[in-house]
Formats: sequence, structure tokens, C-alpha cells
Amino acid sequence: MNKIQKLIEENVFWLIVLTVLVISVAMMVEILPLAFSKSVTQPIEGVKPYTALQLAGRDVYLREGCYNCHSQMIRPFRAETERYGHYSVGGESVYDHPFLWGSKRTGPDLARVGGRYSDEWHRAHLNNPRDVVPESIMPAFPWLAANKVDAESLPAKMRALRRVGVPYTDAEIATATKDAEGKTESEAVIAYLQSLGLALKNKR
Amino acid sequence: MSDFYSSFWGVYITVIVVVSLVALAFLVKSQAVVKVPKGEKVKTLDHVWDGDLQEYNNPLPSWWIGLFVMTIVFAVAYLALYPGLVLTGNMKHWSARSQLGEEVAKADAKYSPLYDKYLKMPVEAVAQDKDARDMGKRLFLTYCLQCHGADARGAKGFPNLVHHDWMYGGTPDRIVQTISGGRHGQMPAFGAAFGEEKVRDVANYVLKISGNKYDADRAGRGESTFKQVCAACHGPEGHGNTDIGSPNLTHPSGVWLYGKNEATIIETVTNGRSNVMPAWKDFLGDAKVHVLAGYVYSLSHNAEQNAQ
Repeated sequence: MNKIQKLIEENVFWLIVLTVLVISVAMMVEILPLAFSKSVTQPIEGVKPYTALQLAGRDVYLREGCYNCHSQMIRPFRAETERYGHYSVGGESVYDHPFLWGSKRTGPDLARVGGRYSDEWHRAHLNNPRDVVPESIMPAFPWLAANKVDAESLPAKMRALRRVGVPYTDAEIATATKDAEGKTESEAVIAYLQSLGLALKNKR
Repeated sequence: MSDFYSSFWGVYITVIVVVSLVALAFLVKSQAVVKVPKGEKVKTLDHVWDGDLQEYNNPLPSWWIGLFVMTIVFAVAYLALYPGLVLTGNMKHWSARSQLGEEVAKADAKYSPLYDKYLKMPVEAVAQDKDARDMGKRLFLTYCLQCHGADARGAKGFPNLVHHDWMYGGTPDRIVQTISGGRHGQMPAFGAAFGEEKVRDVANYVLKISGNKYDADRAGRGESTFKQVCAACHGPEGHGNTDIGSPNLTHPSGVWLYGKNEATIIETVTNGRSNVMPAWKDFLGDAKVHVLAGYVYSLSHNAEQNAQ
């Protein structure tokens, strides 16, 4: 013991190496093995990469900070599965870079909002939430209907996502700009929201 | 565990955790120097810096050692009872999924007799039952409020469920059908076919039959267009058709989903409308739909409740 103590006290290199080793034990056993487990690295049936328009909508969602109030993570509690549907599973988020699970639940969870409301509802609600839900405290996002999406940047984004494992085809990347060209940010966000959680919709 | 790509990861996790625990136990033992006996001086460590700097080897407080030992004991017990060490499994057979399963089974045992009871009653009777109505209201406030509002009076584009004029019919069967299967209402756009003037004429005819202020010249010209085109869905008299959800246009206080001023009617005729009520059968199941239908039915048929 004294030998080790002497080593650490007199040689800063060993102090650093052993400190890093000790504080990374939890990471080594709790996080690292997940990268080699099937349930969080393989998509479940029905999970598809976002289309160009949905991807543009997801970027708007990120830009407006929707995740600050809306989680996308239905926990396995009855209170949540009754309200939102099947709990979220790892295989649903494999194409999300970064994932948007969130943890601040000021607004309702959005993990399974796809198909829950009509497009028309989302349009009215994003423009001014009080028009459809008078009690709502969500801010209004009227500029989404006026702004056009940045379609030019989509192919580059999709190529970057392909690098980290999202299986976009060359054809999808080639037509990405055309697919989203001229659409408003509101349309893009709605396309994104309507795609959320469909793989396990109506499953119990 | 089969979830990992190879069985290596089970060994990896178990070995690191066990080695860490043993190392911690060893560390705490090496530091657990007993109290310095009375009369003796605290020893110094056997190294010296800068000629005369030395370090006392004071024993750690015993309460602190006690806490350290307790954390190790807790870790061992926890890893034995709950999942953690992949190789050994867990004695309680706990998983988040099974915990949810138990919670749901317990709730089902409690609530399903209630739902079964209401499912056997006709919707009208459910609407009369105060407990069922309260249940229905809670369901409504969870699943329906976002579009129809907490008071069920709707919003622009989302139907008011409190009055007696129904786009798809207000009979119990129709309400159940609407909630279960959803609805997709579509009004085609006539802006291109009619042109601006003709749209305005038709709009004024609609204002006329719905009992609003209108321009007589325009309404006169709009009548023939209405009877030729609009009547296909709204009927020659404009009474609508609850089978396809075309609203009754003669009801001054009826379903004016988007508003009944001239500008709104012109907008509707020009651009058309498309509106969706989602289907709830798969998500909620028949029993909850039934109780919800009872509540919705009570909103327009239950004078005693409406008075409250």
C-alpha cells in the first residue's frame, strides 16, 4: 500500500491514469456495453429514417428548443402509457442524432404524437396554441408558417447522418432539396411531428 | 443476456463490478487503522519532503469507515436482488416491463368490471349515470380536450359537442362510430371552377338560407349554382347530409365550423376544407369509447346536467 501511495504522490502521470480509471468504472459498465446491445442499436420494425421534409422539421424543432418543454420518452408507468400509448423503446431512436428524449416535462410528451391530431390542428396550434387550447401556456410560433425551409442544406445533413449509420440512399439524398423546396417551416414541423412514434402506435 | 451481440459483455460487466467492489473492500480495510492507543503519539508516514516536511497518519473517523462498509454491503445486496450483474441474473426477477405489467394488471382488475358494466348498458343509460359521466369526463379531458376544448364547445374548425346540430349525426350509434373510426370531412375547392364573382354569389345564397344578412342580387344569381353543384352534398335545400358529414347550412345557430360571415364562406368555397377526427378504437378500446360516447351524448341531451 505504501508503495502505491508513494507512486501516486510522487508521479503525477500515475495520479491522472488511476484517477481516470476509478471515475470511469460506472461509464465502462453502464454506458459502453449499450453500444453492443441489440435493443438500442437496431431499429424495431416500422422505424424508418426521416424523409427530407421531416428532417427539415426536426431541425426547426431543435432550433425553436421544443425539447426544453416536451420530452419524447414515454416511461413504463401506467399513468404515461394510458395517456400517450406504448412506452418508448431504444430501437425507436436509432436514427435520431442526437436523440430528443428530453427530461423537462412542462408540455405533454411527444414521443407518439404522430397521427394523434390532424395537420389542421397542428397548423392552428403552432400559430397560436390558445386558438385551440385556451388553457395552454405554450408560446406561439407564427413565423413558422411564413418562413421557408432551408432545403439547400438537406443533402449535406443527410450525408453526415449517413456517416453515423442512418441508411439514406443516394437517390434520397439527390432529391432531398427538391422534396423540401418551397415548403414552409410549419409544414416541415408538422410532417416531423406526424411521423413520431408510429412504429408502436396503438400497441399495448 | 441475449440482448448483447456477444456473451463477452456479460463477463466484462461482471468482472469489472466484482473487481471494483473487492478493490474498495481492500482499500477500506487498509485504511481502517484502529484508534491510536492512549499515551502513544500518532505515527508519521515514512517519507520526508524538503528536508523536514512530514505527514501524520491519522486514522479515519470510525463513522466514516462504517458508512463506507455499508455502501459495499448495500451494493452486494442490490446486485443480488436487482439486475446489474449480467451473469448472475437477479433474485427478484425484476424488470421495468414486468413492473409495468403488474401495475396494469392491478388497474385492470379494479376498473374492468366497471367498464364491462357500462359497456353492457346503452349509451343513453350511460349518459344518465353520474359515475359513468364522471369517468367519461375524465377521459374527455385527457384525450379530447386538445381539439374540442375542456368545455366541449370546440374551436374554429373543431366541432362544438354541446349543441344539437351534428355533422355526422348525434345518435348514440353515430357518436360511437365517430369516436371509434374517426372522420375525414372534405369540402372540395371551387375557386378555380367558379371564379371570384360566382363564389361570392353562392356565398350570399348560403347567407340567405342560413338566415343572415345577404345581398339579394347576388343570392339570386347564386341559387342556381348552389342547386346544380353544392346540392350534391348539402342537398337542394341545404340541409346537409350526416352520412357524409356535409353540414346543414340552414341552421342559423348550427354547425358553422369555420364561421358564417361572408369572408369565411367565400374562403371555404374557394379553397375547400379538409378536416380530420382521428380514430380512437385501437388506442382506447371499445369500453372507453362507449363511456366517452355516453359523456358526449349527455352534453347535449342531459338538461339536468347542463343546468349545473
